[in-house]
Amino acid sequence: MTWSATARGAHQPDNTAFTQQRLPAWQPLLSAGIALPLFFCAGLAFIGLGLGLYYSSNGIKELEYDYTGNPGTGNCSVCAQAGQGRAPPPSCSCAWCFALPELFQGPVYLYYELSNFYQNNRRYGVSRDDAQLSGLPSALHHPVNECAPYQLSAAGLPIAPCGAIANSLFNDSFSLWHQRQPGGPYVEVPLDRTGIAWWTDYHVKFRNPPLVNGSLALAFQGTAPPPNWPRPVYDLSSDPNNTGFINQDFVVWMRTAALPTFRKLYARIRQGNYSAGLPRGAYCVNIIYNYPVRAFGGHKRLIFSSISWMGGKNPFLGIAYLVVGSLCILTGFVMLVVYIRYQDQNDEDEDEQ
Amino acid sequence: MDCSLVRTLVRRYCAGEENWVDNRTIYVGHKEPPPGAEAYILQKYPDNRIVSSKYTFWNFIPKNLFEQFRRIANFYFLIIFLVQLIIDTPTSPVTSGLPLFFVITVTAVKQGYEDWLRHKADNAMNQCPVHFIQHGKLVRKQSRKLRVGDIVMVKEDDTFPCDLIFLSSSRGDGTCHVTTASLDGESSHKTHYAVQDTKGFHTEEDIDRLHATIECEQPQPDLYKFVGRIKVYHEQNDSVVRPLGSENLLLRGATLKNTEKIFGVAIYTGMETKMALNYQSTSQKRSAVEKSMNAFLIVYLCILISKALINTVLKYVWQSEPFRDEPWYNQKTESERQRNLFLRAFTDFLAFMVLFNYIIPVSMYVTVELQKFLGSYFITWDEEMFDEESGEGPVVNTSDLNEELGQVEYVFTDKTGTLTENNMEFKECCIEGQVYVPHAICNGQVLPEASGIDMIDSSPGVSGREREELFFRAICLCHTIQVKDDDDVDGPRKSPDSAKSCVYISSSPDEVALVEGVQRLGFTYLRLKDNYMEILNRDTVERFELLEILSFDSVRRRMSVIVKSATGEIYLFCKGADSSVFPRVIEGKVDQIRDRVEHNAVEGLRTLCVAYKRLVQEEYEAICTLLQAAKLALQDREKKLAEAYEQIEKDLILLGATAVEDRLQEKAADTIEALQKAGIKVWVLTGDKMETAAATCYACKLFRRNTQLLELTTKKLEEQSLHDVLFELSKTVLRCHGSLTRDNFSGLSTDMHDYGLIIDGAALSLIMKPQEDGSSSNYRELFLEICRNCSAVLCCRMAPLQKAQIVKLIKLSKEHPITLAIGDGANDVSMILEAHVGIGVIGKEGRQAARNSDYAIPKFKHLKKMLLVHGHFYYIRISELVQYFFYKNVCFIFPQFLYQFFCGFSQQTLYDTAYLTLYNISFTSLPILLYSLMEQHVGAEALKREPSLYRDVAKNALLRWRVFIYWTLLGVFDALVFFFGAYFMFENTTVTSNGQVFGNWTFGTLVFTVMMFTVTLKLALDTHYWTWINHFVLWGSLLFYVVFSLLWGGIVWPFLNYQRMYYVFIQMLSSGPAWLAIVLLITVSLLPDVLKKVLCRQLWPSATERVQNMCVWRQDHLPELTPLPLCRAQPLGHWPGSHSNLVTLTCWESRECSVPPPWLLSPMPSPSQPGTQLPWPEGAGRWTLTSSSL
Repeated sequence: MTWSATARGAHQPDNTAFTQQRLPAWQPLLSAGIALPLFFCAGLAFIGLGLGLYYSSNGIKELEYDYTGNPGTGNCSVCAQAGQGRAPPPSCSCAWCFALPELFQGPVYLYYELSNFYQNNRRYGVSRDDAQLSGLPSALHHPVNECAPYQLSAAGLPIAPCGAIANSLFNDSFSLWHQRQPGGPYVEVPLDRTGIAWWTDYHVKFRNPPLVNGSLALAFQGTAPPPNWPRPVYDLSSDPNNTGFINQDFVVWMRTAALPTFRKLYARIRQGNYSAGLPRGAYCVNIIYNYPVRAFGGHKRLIFSSISWMGGKNPFLGIAYLVVGSLCILTGFVMLVVYIRYQDQNDEDEDEQ
Repeated sequence: MDCSLVRTLVRRYCAGEENWVDNRTIYVGHKEPPPGAEAYILQKYPDNRIVSSKYTFWNFIPKNLFEQFRRIANFYFLIIFLVQLIIDTPTSPVTSGLPLFFVITVTAVKQGYEDWLRHKADNAMNQCPVHFIQHGKLVRKQSRKLRVGDIVMVKEDDTFPCDLIFLSSSRGDGTCHVTTASLDGESSHKTHYAVQDTKGFHTEEDIDRLHATIECEQPQPDLYKFVGRIKVYHEQNDSVVRPLGSENLLLRGATLKNTEKIFGVAIYTGMETKMALNYQSTSQKRSAVEKSMNAFLIVYLCILISKALINTVLKYVWQSEPFRDEPWYNQKTESERQRNLFLRAFTDFLAFMVLFNYIIPVSMYVTVELQKFLGSYFITWDEEMFDEESGEGPVVNTSDLNEELGQVEYVFTDKTGTLTENNMEFKECCIEGQVYVPHAICNGQVLPEASGIDMIDSSPGVSGREREELFFRAICLCHTIQVKDDDDVDGPRKSPDSAKSCVYISSSPDEVALVEGVQRLGFTYLRLKDNYMEILNRDTVERFELLEILSFDSVRRRMSVIVKSATGEIYLFCKGADSSVFPRVIEGKVDQIRDRVEHNAVEGLRTLCVAYKRLVQEEYEAICTLLQAAKLALQDREKKLAEAYEQIEKDLILLGATAVEDRLQEKAADTIEALQKAGIKVWVLTGDKMETAAATCYACKLFRRNTQLLELTTKKLEEQSLHDVLFELSKTVLRCHGSLTRDNFSGLSTDMHDYGLIIDGAALSLIMKPQEDGSSSNYRELFLEICRNCSAVLCCRMAPLQKAQIVKLIKLSKEHPITLAIGDGANDVSMILEAHVGIGVIGKEGRQAARNSDYAIPKFKHLKKMLLVHGHFYYIRISELVQYFFYKNVCFIFPQFLYQFFCGFSQQTLYDTAYLTLYNISFTSLPILLYSLMEQHVGAEALKREPSLYRDVAKNALLRWRVFIYWTLLGVFDALVFFFGAYFMFENTTVTSNGQVFGNWTFGTLVFTVMMFTVTLKLALDTHYWTWINHFVLWGSLLFYVVFSLLWGGIVWPFLNYQRMYYVFIQMLSSGPAWLAIVLLITVSLLPDVLKKVLCRQLWPSATERVQNMCVWRQDHLPELTPLPLCRAQPLGHWPGSHSNLVTLTCWESRECSVPPPWLLSPMPSPSQPGTQLPWPEGAGRWTLTSSSL
């Protein structure tokens, strides 16, 4: 309220469509007449899509093996037993052998799966330094506080890469051997370890610090490897394009999973004779068993999976589409019945009057 | 000196009148009183600075922040923000800090702008020049430097800079004219009088010699009350004391007219002026919607706390196994391990609170405020509510109550000036039982009406003739009318002959009508000059000396003047309501006049009775002293005056009565009918007498022919006790109620018993009077029970406070209905303030009602659009706004709650910080704001034509707990769909064709994307009125979300210390199944709501939905069937005027609108005959019932 006299003799209001709330408008109605065909159409479309998805998911093959090594579950239990309570666990290897009666249609992808592993724990998830991982020299030597207790080594050196995620890097390794004929020699199947991480991650987001005198090792001088790592980050691989922070296994691991049971891509099988898939024959996966999971009740699995346009095997989407489509049709019918019956009733009411 | 001081003190504290310490003493011109006079304790008065602004440049930020954080919601978010700053929480402080900052900034900018405007206005006021008298010279100073006691000169057309005591004027008679248009809106000139003893001081030097002190009450806001006295010291040290009343007081804000200049002494300055005191009160009413909103907020707060508690407890249960609490891959730091368990649990609880705090919508309050502020413009812009005649449009004084207009259950309306025009026309007068009608009288020739009027006494006789003259003189003299003659300042230039062109101005239109009426009968009031009233009796000028005016008040309901004729006879003329005059009459043809008065009242005319008494000199002197004593009193002056009046106005001789017609306002009946159809009970509260009021009620269709009237009046109470009457009435009413429950709901069926109650002020005060044994509440309950079952109630003979009392009684009855009071006069202010919604009619009786109201409208008929259209719109809009806000935040936060079960209760957020921050303030804020400004379920025309649609929203229908729970459950369902849909998508598989896997941020982004689309599309489903703005904002919001996400994830942002969103959104979109999942999940989330909408529309359509169906049906069928160009030409929602009523009604009966009524194919039968009522479809009430039970 101002002190001037209150507006006496207000101006004639503007006569525009907006001020008079008369803007031209579309006034749709969700009446049964419109909704019915909509429901039927949507239902039919969904069922069609669902069928397609379901069959496409069914066409995907998966081969899975739990190698956690709980007692009595194959030869990995020895390793599991051996590693019990010792840190760092001794290197141990075990094998999973299986036979394929027919061609395992390719391309085949090799995944490892961990369960009961909470990569989505908040304290775990923040325990990383993205600046350090992007190769910033200053961040390399001064990891953020969130990395604690994996921020500084016992000697007081900054840890690179710091944090709990990096420290708990999955370090089992697998090699696949194929025996074409029974009794024949095992041939190593080439595993393509590239292209398993997002292209943008290992090309943009993850960068090694600038080389010092052409050497990556010197660039990391003055830092300590994470306590659980047997070797420093620049020794992760012999390939200079796959070592340091841009090691693809490392990059894959650093993308924390959404749920406590998760899969991560280990390798693709697409080279040589195996580009069309795994031919029939006997196979053995040689597992170098390092990673302890029994301490937290976890499981480790190894999965061979083929991939279609929609990714791995996942019947959920197809079934969901089918269910929703049928529901739509069903409610469509219910509504049709209601529509007709109540319309009659309304007419009768009217007649009575 | 000491002795005198002690004496003064003793007198002050012991003696009756001196005991009054609440007064102030002013030395005129700052001159000390002569020694020996009473000593006063000097007080400190503020200077004349007006401060309406709340803030200064320096204190704006702290004060505004303080004000804003006093609001509970803002304070809550501040606490959350501080918690985030202090403890280690899952979300960064930005997520709550930024929205809070946004909300606070928006509010602060709005308030700052308003305050800046006030500052500008203040400065203009404070710096305008004022003329002072200092040491006999005229000095110019800024207005703010004015002090109490300064002598000020004001020129013509200037406004008074502060409240002044009028000392002298340039006019010889010591009067001046002022208008108070900016104070109370009355544009008439009012005459004020200078103090008798100082009116001779005409020049600066003179006035500087004045030696006086003024004693007056401390400032109080009543514009029309003032008591004080002035003591003028003369040379010889003797002093004269004079009373000061409001006629000596010139108020700040008023303007001097017709007077060259005046001198006055400042007594109230700055913030103590009456104007300032009047502007300080603001409406503190809260709407029902706001109350529901707060209730919902509390529910959500409980949900929030229980969620946090559940999660905290579960966290510790889950963590009881050490390998879960601290697995080898995720060890704690030493300090974390050593922290106290309870402290840890407490911080965890707080962290969960922070995580889920978004369930309380931060931006809801600011959106609601914005909606109300912007939305109220549609009312002021409304062309239909603009009155061409007066050039007035509707005024919104508070926008807080917009939606309350859609909730009104009781309308209390004043009669005069609200239902009627307040445009009085003199109809007839009855003198000594003989009736005179001005139309039948030629100028100057008094002819008794010959035909049509029943002559009660055909022979006036000599005394009759004399009385007749006296009667006309009485009417000419007994008033407070001013004659407005613009072209002359001092009066004498005008010849008496031209007096007929004079314009009479009075605060009471009745008086003007009467004086104009007798002018046609040959008596013309000319003017008041030098305390002589001049009347032109045909062609001779008679002069009467005006001795006293016993002014009108609404308690006495009469006024009197004492005049002295040229022959020296002293008369007292009294004019007033019959009830207040008849008991004081001792002589005259009382019975005949009473008959006539009653006859006129039944016709709906306003009647006044006129009486007189001749006074002898001694009597007059006694009266004079009596009045003088009362007028001089500083304490209880009102009461003493009233007593004096009571004593003076007795033993009168009745002269006659007058009848004045007050025409109904246009469309008043139509409006009342519409309101009743809308289920609103209309009560008329008036000060008029019963018969007049009842006649008006019939005229405006409040009572119909078949309405059975129940009377609860003084007359009836004389026959029976209150107890018996009440019980009898309630029995009558309840009997009917019992047998016709169903019809009672619709309340309008023609064949049902319709009850109307008439109650008068006296009976009401009996009912309201608390009895000694405390059984009063019993009567009240009974009375309320009767009222509830009456379709219309008329309360007559109401004092202003009684009006408020009635409103309060209904307001506090057990259903707590929403009340609306509408009135135009000062006597309606109390009820306007009391009711939930107060509406002022910008009428002839000044602007007091309009100023004190929440909304002001030019005419009563505008109430219809105000309630039925604007109220309906605003209610629908704001209820959707409130419900939607809670819904979208449930959708937002519930997945986050579910996620805790999958991340070890570690308070991991599901969404990225940017999404958490922007969800409420930018992604989803604009569509709902626009919806809440533009939405129309049905067009304005349909709402006006079908008042019953109002019942669809009555009683807070859209914000009931059932509806609220539906929305909340819908939110929970949607959240479950989003979360578990994404969960099953991500479970143990990859969803990309290159075999790569997604992480937790992709998971969250998927949930968020589905949610964004669902929540926005849900609003789209609810929108019935799609203008281009809605399209733009709704689809624009979605587009903005997508563009933002692309940008946010497309760049490595240098200022962020994490890059977790890098390419997440784009990667997600590169996956086919993600697209399919988004489509699927959105469909599933929206499906139940669509299903509910369709089924409800089909099975239990509400009246609104029926009308909507109608529109569509008309569109589909009508143009094909009948070549009605009207239908095609009209835009959607605007039905052709003439046929629509018919179409709608038949459709109602046919129940199903897709079947065209057969007659529509043939030429239209004529709609129901004018005058007869359109039959209301039987089912209307029932439909409303069932539709609300969804």
